[in-house]
Amino acid sequence: MSKERVLLAHGSGGKLSEELIRRVFVPAFGNPALNRMDDSAVLDGYRMAASSGAPQLIESAILARGPAGARPSVGRLALTTDCHVVKPLFFDGGDIGRLAVCGTVNDLAMVGATPLYLAAGFVLEEGLPMETLERVVASMRAAAEEAGVQIAAGDTKVVEQGKADGLFITTTGVGIVPEGIDLSGSNARPGDVVLLSGPIGDHGIAVLSRREGLEFGVPVASDVAPLNHLVAVLLEASPGLRAMRDPTRGGLATTLNELAAQSRVAIQVEEGRVPVRASVRAACEMLGYDPLYVANEGKLVAIVPPDEAERALAALRGTRYGEGAEMIGSVLPGPPGRVLMRTRIGGTRVVQMLMGEMLPRIC
Amino acid sequence: MRYVDEFRDSAAAARLVERIHRRPLVPVNLMEVCGTHTVAIFRHGIRQLLPDHVTLVSGPGCPVCVTANRDVDWAIALAHQPRTILATFGDMMKVPGSTSSLARARAEGCDVRVVYSTLDALAIARANPDRRVVFFGIGFETTAPTVACSILEAEQNGLDNYFVYSVHKVMPPPMKALVDAEEIRIDGFICPGHVSAIIGSEPYRFLAADYGIPCVIAGFEPLDVLQAVDMLLAMRAEGRAGVEIQYSRVVRPEGNPLAREQMYRVFQPSDAEWRGLGNIPGSGLEIREEYAHFDARRAFDIDPGPTREHAGCRCGEVLRGVVEPPQCPLYGRVCTPENPVGPCMVSSEGTCSTWFQFAGVE
Amino acid sequence: MCLAVPARITSIEGKRATVDMAGVVREASIMMLPDAKIGDYVIIHAGYAIERLDEDEALRTIELFKQMEALGPENRP
Repeated sequence: MSKERVLLAHGSGGKLSEELIRRVFVPAFGNPALNRMDDSAVLDGYRMAASSGAPQLIESAILARGPAGARPSVGRLALTTDCHVVKPLFFDGGDIGRLAVCGTVNDLAMVGATPLYLAAGFVLEEGLPMETLERVVASMRAAAEEAGVQIAAGDTKVVEQGKADGLFITTTGVGIVPEGIDLSGSNARPGDVVLLSGPIGDHGIAVLSRREGLEFGVPVASDVAPLNHLVAVLLEASPGLRAMRDPTRGGLATTLNELAAQSRVAIQVEEGRVPVRASVRAACEMLGYDPLYVANEGKLVAIVPPDEAERALAALRGTRYGEGAEMIGSVLPGPPGRVLMRTRIGGTRVVQMLMGEMLPRIC
Repeated sequence: MRYVDEFRDSAAAARLVERIHRRPLVPVNLMEVCGTHTVAIFRHGIRQLLPDHVTLVSGPGCPVCVTANRDVDWAIALAHQPRTILATFGDMMKVPGSTSSLARARAEGCDVRVVYSTLDALAIARANPDRRVVFFGIGFETTAPTVACSILEAEQNGLDNYFVYSVHKVMPPPMKALVDAEEIRIDGFICPGHVSAIIGSEPYRFLAADYGIPCVIAGFEPLDVLQAVDMLLAMRAEGRAGVEIQYSRVVRPEGNPLAREQMYRVFQPSDAEWRGLGNIPGSGLEIREEYAHFDARRAFDIDPGPTREHAGCRCGEVLRGVVEPPQCPLYGRVCTPENPVGPCMVSSEGTCSTWFQFAGVE
Repeated sequence: MCLAVPARITSIEGKRATVDMAGVVREASIMMLPDAKIGDYVIIHAGYAIERLDEDEALRTIELFKQMEALGPENRP
C-alpha cells in the first residue's frame, strides 16, 4: 500500500473508503468502539445517571483500557475540538498527527478533565502519498497510547489536488472532570504564584525554522507533548490550584493576558525567571520575534495559592515534560488585565497580547 | 549569546544607573535617531531606570516611518506594473500609502515578495528572467551599501532584469534639520550604532563643533545605551561637546571605508522627502548615471496619482520628537497595531508601535 | 532591523561566508569585508557582513563594566 497515493475515490464513501479505513486507520487506532464501525461510537465505561440535581456520568463496571491512572468515578463531561493545519506536516520533534492528539488531550487536561476519547476527522488532498498518511496515523497512535486515550471515531474526506496542503486534521475530545475540581481562568487572586512548566518558544521556532529553511547547529525540536499525566501530578500536589492554561498560539504573553483579564487582576513576571533555550533565544533575536509570543505545544501555565507554590513546583519538576518548571511571577491586585514584566536589568515593560498574526499556520 | 549577554548584565546595569543618578541635576533631552535604539530602550525598560531630569526622545530613526506617502504610492504603482515582481523588506508591506498598501496590492494579485536581503531579490531576478524584479530600497547607510553591492553584483553577472527603486536616506542631515528647527531642545544625541559602523564618527562632528551638542555612538544592548547616556551626561557636566564612540567593539572613527566607497560608487546624494521633516537637500541617495539601467525611476513610467496624507495622523510630529505617542489623539484608540493609521504604528521599530507594545496605552 | 547579535564566520567561499549566529547557521555576503577570516565575529545586516567585531575591544569594554565603581556619596564628582 505504501507506494500508493490518496485518490478522490478514497473519500467517496464507497469501497475504496472502506478499504482505507480498514487498512490504515483501524490497525493504528483499533479499539472496540472504533472496530464496530457504526455511525457513532457508543462508549462503554460510563453511564448517565440522575441523582439529586443534574445528570452525572458514573463509571460502570467495565473500565476503559489505557496506561493512565485511576479514572474518576463521578464527574462532569468535558468536550473540546480543534482544527490542525500546520505547515509543514513534519518538523523536528513532531508532526501534525502528534499535534492533533496532544492539542486536544491538553485542552481537556487544562480544565482538570481526565481525557478519555478522541474523534478524528481527516481532510486529505488528492495525491497525498499513502506513506505520509500512514506516518501521521502511526504518530497519532503513539501519542494516544502515551496519553492513555482512545481514538474511537473518525471520518475521512478527500479533496482535489491543491485544496488541502497535504492534509488537515480536526480532533474532538471528551473527558471527565472529577468532582471537586473547578478550575477557571477567573480564579486567580492577588498573592497567587504563577508557574511555567518549562522553556518557551520551542514549537513555534521548530515549525518556522523548518518552513524558512533556518538551520541550527543543534536543531530546535517542537515540545509537542501530552500533559495530562503532568497535570494529574500537579492536581495532587496543589489542591488549591486556581487555573491552568497551555500557551499555544500567541504564546505565553497572550495566555497571561487572558488570565489577567478573566480574573480581573494584574500579573507581573520576572524576565530572568522565564526559561528560554539558548537556541530559541538566538533564533528569535535573529528573526525579530519575542519568545513570549511564540507558540508552545507541551507547556502549561499554572496559577497556585502562595502556600502551595513550592510543593507544586517541586512536583512539576519531577514529571516528564516538567523538568524545566520555574516560578515566573505573581498575581497583583491591579491594574486589572495588565501584564507587566520586570526586565533583566531592573526596568519595567508592559506585555501586550499578540497583535495581528506573527507566525501563520503554526498549529 | 556571546558578546550579547555580557552587555545585559544586571549588576553592571545597576552600577551604571547609579552613576547616572549621581550626575548633576540638570534637565536634559537626549535624542536617539535609530529605530533599533527605540526598541532596545523600551524593551529593556530603560526609561523607568533613569532619573526624572533625563528625558529620552525618539527622533526620525525608523527608515520605514520616514518614507513619504508619495514614495510608498510609487512602490505600490510599481507592483501593479505588468510582468513585474516587487521585492521588499517585510516592514513595508502594511505601511499605508495614500489609498492602498503593498499588502493590499498583493491581495489584489500583484506579485509582491518579502525578502530579508537584496541577495534574495537577486535570486528572484535570476529565477524569473522574463519578469522585471524591482527592489524597494529603503534604509539608511547600514542598508544602502548592501543595495549598492547588489547592483554591483548584478552588473558583474550581466543581470538585466534587476532594478532598485531607491528612497534611501542618509543620517546626519535630518539631525541638523531638527536642531535648526528649534522645536525642542536637544542636549545630546545617541547616535546610531550600525549606521556609524559604516560612516564613522566624523559626520557628527559639526553637531558638537557648530551647535555644542555632544554625540555618543551607542550599541544596542542595555549596557551600551546606559553607558552612552552616562557619557553624554559626563560631557555636559564637564561643559564640553564632542563625538565619542561607546560602541567601540564595532565602530571605528573611520567607519568602513570600502562600504562607503561601494555605496557612493553606485549612489550619489540627492534631495529627499522625509515624513515629518519635508524635503531635506542632500539627504537622499539616487542611483548614478553609470548604473542608470538599474534605476527603477528611469526604467518605469509611473504616475501614482495624487498624494494624500492621513487625516489626524501626527506621525510627522512624533518623528520630530515634538509629540509622544500618547499625545496623538489617534494613538491606542483609532490607531493600533491591528488597525494602524500611520507608519509609526506599522513599523516594528516605529515609535508608536514600540510605545504600544512595551508601554501600553496610559 | 539592525541585528545586533554578532555572528562567527565558520567558512568562506569567494564572497560568501557561512556564519554561526548564536547557534543559527546562516549565509552572508562579505563583499563589504573582503579581509574577513574564519573565526572572525561580524555584524550582519540584510544578509551582508558590514563590520567586524573587535574581540579585544569587546573584552576590554566588558572588563570596564566589571571594574566600574558606582559613584557613591563619598566620590560624587
